This record gives sequence, C-alpha cells and structure tokens, in this order.
Amino acid sequence: MRDRLIFTGQFLFTLLVAAFLVVPTALSITAGVTTNYFRGIQSGLTLQWVAQVWDLYADTIGLSFLIAFATLAVTLLAGVPAAYALHVRGGQLSRLVEEIITLPIAIPGLALALALLLTYGGFGAFRRSWLFILAGHVVFTMPFMVRSVMAIFASVDIKTLDEGAASLGASPWRRFRDVIVPNAVPGILAGSLMVVTLSLGEFNLTWMLHTPLTKTLPIGLADSYASMRLEVASAYTLIFFIMIIPLLVAMQMFAERELTR
Amino acid sequence: MSGPQGHGVSVRIGHCGKTFADGTHALEPASLDIARGETLVLLGPSGCGKTTMLRIIAGLEEPDEGGKVLFDGKDVTAIPIERRNVGMVFQSYALFPNMSVAENIGYGLRIRGIPATERAKRVAELVALTNITGLEHRRIDQLSGGQRQRVALARAVAIRPGILLLDEPLTALDAALRYRLRGELNRLLRALGITAIYVTHDQSEAMELGDRIVVMRKGAIAQIGSPREIYFEPKDRFVAEFIGAANIVEASLDDGHLILPGGRQAIAGGTSQPAVVAMIRPESIGIVDVEAAPLRGQVESVSFVGDRQRVVVVGASPKPLTVDAPNTIQVDAGDRVGLSIASKAVRLLPPEA
Ligand SMILES: Nc1ncnc2c1ncn2[C@@H]1O[C@H](COP(=O)(O)OP(=O)(O)O)[C@@H](O)[C@H]1O
Ligand SMILES: [Mg+2]
Repeated sequence: MRDRLIFTGQFLFTLLVAAFLVVPTALSITAGVTTNYFRGIQSGLTLQWVAQVWDLYADTIGLSFLIAFATLAVTLLAGVPAAYALHVRGGQLSRLVEEIITLPIAIPGLALALALLLTYGGFGAFRRSWLFILAGHVVFTMPFMVRSVMAIFASVDIKTLDEGAASLGASPWRRFRDVIVPNAVPGILAGSLMVVTLSLGEFNLTWMLHTPLTKTLPIGLADSYASMRLEVASAYTLIFFIMIIPLLVAMQMFAERELTR
Repeated sequence: MSGPQGHGVSVRIGHCGKTFADGTHALEPASLDIARGETLVLLGPSGCGKTTMLRIIAGLEEPDEGGKVLFDGKDVTAIPIERRNVGMVFQSYALFPNMSVAENIGYGLRIRGIPATERAKRVAELVALTNITGLEHRRIDQLSGGQRQRVALARAVAIRPGILLLDEPLTALDAALRYRLRGELNRLLRALGITAIYVTHDQSEAMELGDRIVVMRKGAIAQIGSPREIYFEPKDRFVAEFIGAANIVEASLDDGHLILPGGRQAIAGGTSQPAVVAMIRPESIGIVDVEAAPLRGQVESVSFVGDRQRVVVVGASPKPLTVDAPNTIQVDAGDRVGLSIASKAVRLLPPEA
C-alpha cells in the first residue's frame, strides 16, 4: 500500500516535470501551424508559416547543413588520427595536447569567437566566407570527437592491437585502416552524431562570427524571433525540431546499444 | 633462412638497457646471444624487466643510448617492428576483434601481398597445426582463452618469422589448460625449430620449454644457463630460491664439513671457512635410520602430496629443512630421523652482497 503511494507520487511528479518541459515545446510547435496564434487553434491550421520560413530562410538551413557536415569532415579527418596519435604516444605531452584540445568546451563561445575575430578578422575574404564559421565550429566540436574516439581506444586497448598489427608487418597507415578505425567505429559514430548535432544548434559562437550573408539556422531563428510574427518564428522552430530530433534519437539509441554490449 | 641448426635468425643483444620517460630503470644494460633455432626463456618475478627486454628485441621499445640489437649480425636497432619480421604472441593476445579467426591468422600474409588462394592454404595448415579446426569463421569474442592463445600463436607463426617472441602466453589460462598447452607449445617449437624467446614467471614452464634460461632480477640478468645448470648450479641465493624449492643453510665450514646443530654434513671440495651459505634441494635429502646417520633431526610435519611426501625436519639445520621423501616410507610428526645427503648435493653459494 505504502509502496503504491510512493510509486504514484513519483509517477505524478515525473509527469509534472515532463509536462513542464514538453508543454512549451508543444505550444511552440502548434503555434507554428496555427493561422493566428492570438486567436488560438480555432483560427485554423495552416502550413503557410512553414512555407514562408522556407522561402525566407531556406539558405540558412542549407548553410547549416553544409557547415555541420564540413565540420564533421574536418573533425573526422583531423580528430581520429589525432586521437590515435595521442593514445598511442601517451605521456605528458599527449596529456597536455589533449587538455588544449578540450579547452574550448570550458571557454564561453563568445570569448572563443572574439579570439577568432581578433586573430583572423583582418583576412577579409576568409572573414566574410562561411569557412570562418566552419573554423569556429571545428574548434568547438573537436574535443567531442577526440574524446569519444579516445574513450573507445582505451576500452578496446587499441595500443596493443596496433602493436599486434605492427608485428605482422603492417605499416602505420595499414594499421590505421585495417585495425584502428574498424575497432573504433562505435566511438567514431557517437562522436560524429555529437559533432553534427552541436554544429547544427550552435548559436553563441556563430552569432559573433556570422555576416548578413552567412547566417545559419539558429541565427535565422533569432532573427525571426526579433523581426517576424510569432507564428513564423514558431514554424521555424518546428523545422529545426524536425531536423534535429532524428539525430538526437539516433544518438540515444546508440548510447543504449553501447551500454548493453 | 633455414640452416642445419634450425630456422630463423640468430640474435645478439649488446648493452641494451632501458630507462623509461618517467625515469623508471626497467633494465640494466645487458648483453645476450641467442643461437639460431634456440628457445631462450626469460624467467623472473613480475616487474623484473622481462617484457621490456622482449619489446626491445621486437622493436617495440628503443634501448637506451649505446644499446644494440642484431639479427644475424645485422644491426636492426633503428628498424621498426613492422620491418623486423618477428612473430609476436602478446600476453593479452592482441587478436583483432573486427576479423574472424582465419582473417586474423592470414593478416600478416595479406600485408605481405600473398595471393588469396595461397593464403587460404597456409591458414588451413596453421589451423590444423594449432588444433583449431572448425573455428575459422568464429569471431574472436566467441573463443575460449585456450583457443585465443592458439589463434595468437598461429597468427604469429603464419608469417614465417625470423624469431618468435612470446610474452607469458599461458599466464591468462587456468592451471590444467596451462599445463596441457605447455606440452603442445613445446612440441610445436621443437617441430618448427625456430629461434624463440619465451617470457614467463613460472619456473616449471621455463624448465620444460627452454634450451637455455635467463633468470632475471630487478632489471638485471642473474644467471644464464641450461635448465639443469640453473637448477643444480644456481649462482646465488636468489636463483636457488626462485627455481624450485631450496633449503638455504647458513653455517660454518670445518675441513669440508658443514657444522650443523644436528651433526656434520660433508660437502664436495672441502675447506674451512667461518661462515658459508649452502643450498640443498629437498629431493636430494634421504630419510634414513637415525642411529647410523651423521645428521639427525626431528620430524615437525608431514604432508602427503600424492607422488611424494613433503617432510619438514627441525633440529638438523639452523632453519627447518624441507625433505621430499618417497611416498612409500612411513614417518610421523615427532619421529627422530637421520638424514643422508650426498656431498655433491650440497652447493655453496656466494655470501650475500
Ligand atoms: N611504459 C613504461 N613506462 C614506465 N615504466 C614502465 C613501462 N613499462 C614497464 N615499466 C616498468 O618497468 C619495470 C619492468 O617492467 P616489465 O618489463 O613489464 O616487467 P615484467 O615483464 O618482468 O613483469 C616495471 O617496474 C614496470 O613498472
Ligand atoms: Mg611482463
């Protein structure tokens, strides 16, 4: 009896907390498909706002994906070999490098952006292109890639596998291709999902680095909140959700599969 | 690369020491020659530098300044492991989880660009040789410890290495399996006739497998010799006690006799000295009639272990003597017994440094 009571209490509390988070999300999403938000849902449902967002901001969505996947490419190409080198070399120097790579997680995005602006602001063409934002995103997401790959390296004792392959005559490149990468796939996938999700949603840094011609989705979102009808901004949120939720679900499924292994 | 005395390369290690980046002195500069086809065992307690020595020979670790590794007289010190043609069996086996058993065994051949058909033939040979038929398509995590050990061995041998390096390959297995695989491994090494270096902390493994044994202690070589030499003529107390059971007797020496609480014990080549350290193996002590014996004591305990009985005798020597007696004689705790020890069975050890 007492147990039942406690359970019911916990259940209700959980529901309440969930509702606290879900209701605003649901409201925001419904607002995006409501004809007139102030008159409520009885004013009718419409996709006109979504269409309007698409017209106005399609390029920000395109740019966001371009930057997210470019960030992924760079973090993969640089991050996986870096993690390999750091793990296999070990020692003080490697730990120091690891710390430096990790630093951007702790530094506020704004400060990071300021540093980038101070350093590269003078290079006009670079400053004005989307590559400038890409640079910021790479700096910001690299630790997540390197860390998750290094975690998997430690868990499968990649150093010994590497030495095993070396003893059989494999060059560093062959080892990397045949043994290191295949055995690090779970970490690489987890890192990739994280990098793409973080890049798509990044605001702080991007807001400082963007120009009117290089707006990403979250920047466009802020823009629409500031200057458009609430319905348009909400429709924009809806689009963002549709894009980001599958990624989050994939990440979650992935984490669970790792746990059950 | 095969010669009349076996296969593979001869190895010379010259003044190879190792100090790690953190300042750990793992190995004093040591020199060692390994003949072609020989099985050399590095034996010593955990942490004495066996793995470090093996890794220097493999090319996984660089010796300190001045150290050299030569294969067949050729300096390979600067050559990385992937170009030394060594077969290595790691303590943890280091099998690739992303490959099947057959792919693991064939990996070194694939690296060498051996065509698939020839590769498959060689893999089949090795699968048969190491008794793992039927497991070719298994994943590594579907194998037992003993099976993994065999796959690791097959993979290392597949590339026809100049030298086979094995780092405690049986340590991870349970006792019965370890014993059986030791026999198999011994037959395999003899059949291949390849130069091999085998690292272990288990002295009975070392005895069975080694043509020669290098006993190591705290990063230095304590003694090099055949199993018999190491067992019967240990250079010092450490070696004597590490290899098998040993009674260490501290006494004075008078005209070729140890002066003991329970009597006098003759030794070979006798002189007189105020203090000596002697070693007597338990199986070289006989239990005899108390009346006629020059050395006497009292039985403290008897443990029957099947093939023999271990008798502890007090009062004969300053410390209790362990005696391995045949399982047929009848002694009980409290009995007065005589001890008979051949003078040759007493070995004087250098005094402790
Ligand atoms: N990479 C390393 N860095 C620092 N010290 C090490 C390293 N590898 C081994 N050691 C140390 O060197 C000594 C010898 O180690 P090792 O050769 O592995 O001994 P064994 O194989 O005989 O057990 C030990 O004290 C060990 O802690
Ligand atoms: Mg070791």
